[in-house]
Amino acid sequence: MARSKEIVPGVGRLSRSQVFAKRGLFKGQKTNPTPAAQTPAEFVEKTVGGDKNGGKRLVPVAKAPRFYPAEDVRQPKKSRKAPKPAGLRASITPGTVLILLAGRFRGKRVVFLKQLDSGLLLVTGPYKVNGVPLRRVNQAYVIATSTKIDVASLKLDEKFNDSYFAKAPSKQSVSAEEEFFSEGAPKSKEAYPATKAADQKEVDKAVIAAIKGTELLGKYLKASWGLSKGQFPHILAF
Amino acid sequence: MSATTNFTRFVEVGRVVLLNDGPFSGRIAVIAEIIDQNRAIIDGPNTDVPRQSYPFKHLTLTGLKLTGLPRGAGSGIIKKVSEKEALLEKWDKSSWAQKREATKKRRALTDFERFTVLVQKKQRRDVVRKAVAKA
Repeated sequence: MARSKEIVPGVGRLSRSQVFAKRGLFKGQKTNPTPAAQTPAEFVEKTVGGDKNGGKRLVPVAKAPRFYPAEDVRQPKKSRKAPKPAGLRASITPGTVLILLAGRFRGKRVVFLKQLDSGLLLVTGPYKVNGVPLRRVNQAYVIATSTKIDVASLKLDEKFNDSYFAKAPSKQSVSAEEEFFSEGAPKSKEAYPATKAADQKEVDKAVIAAIKGTELLGKYLKASWGLSKGQFPHILAF
Repeated sequence: MSATTNFTRFVEVGRVVLLNDGPFSGRIAVIAEIIDQNRAIIDGPNTDVPRQSYPFKHLTLTGLKLTGLPRGAGSGIIKKVSEKEALLEKWDKSSWAQKREATKKRRALTDFERFTVLVQKKQRRDVVRKAVAKA
């Protein structure tokens, strides 16, 4: 309701057609390229017995409620807006060293690989250097440094998308007992999938090769980041 | 000035000052004329500071001074005298200016450069300690 400012909640200053004119929609009305899916029939024809009943009758598929609600309940307005994935910060490009600020690996310096469709960033430690695996992180919880690692030689497989990192659907209705114990003894941990370990190695190979080109860079990635006395992140240059 | 005072830096014509505030902060200039107890006309033709009135609150007196500068001298004369007395070279050589330069450089370091400094300081410390232990 940007153009039609509300007089009172729910009532705009302009009518629907006035808004239409103001927005200039008549200039190029959008045509929906995909035709709406066939709506299911509202009525079915049924044969009815009895002489005076006409033989056939249209009967609604969904039965109307027998009673009207006693009180009016306001229908919440449906939002037609869908959240867009966040755009990538200009300071983050493939190969940028990022400092993680939240989560299990906070304080670690990692290498940015690419932005996924969901807007999350795909990063790697590399795992061999500082123990951070291929991982998705939110760019809001990240400091971008000006240090860049040349990852032009890295060809990222298309399979590294959001579903690659999705959790496997859990089996339903397992008691806590069954989940952690079998035959009275604690269950042994499931091994890390071999395919994922291989993927990690494959991706890290190019990154590690690039890191080795610069002195101290490996050590830098291995060290964790923190603020000491008198240091303030908004004043520091990264 | 009077022989009984302990002060060596005075507000006087020819005194070199460091500007601490305003768009020319961090540069040096010369006092050309004293307006009153609060302000002076300063000029820095060698440091691109235009001639202007400047409050003493926003500047620091340095130990440097242009000798033989007449009162109320114009930019041209100040430029000539300061070049003759090698004012900028003297200032850049002073430990004050060098410290300021070092601080500025250290502030501008990136995260990786800061880490490199940390490692190098460790290495230096190691060498020094070993040498001291030997001695």
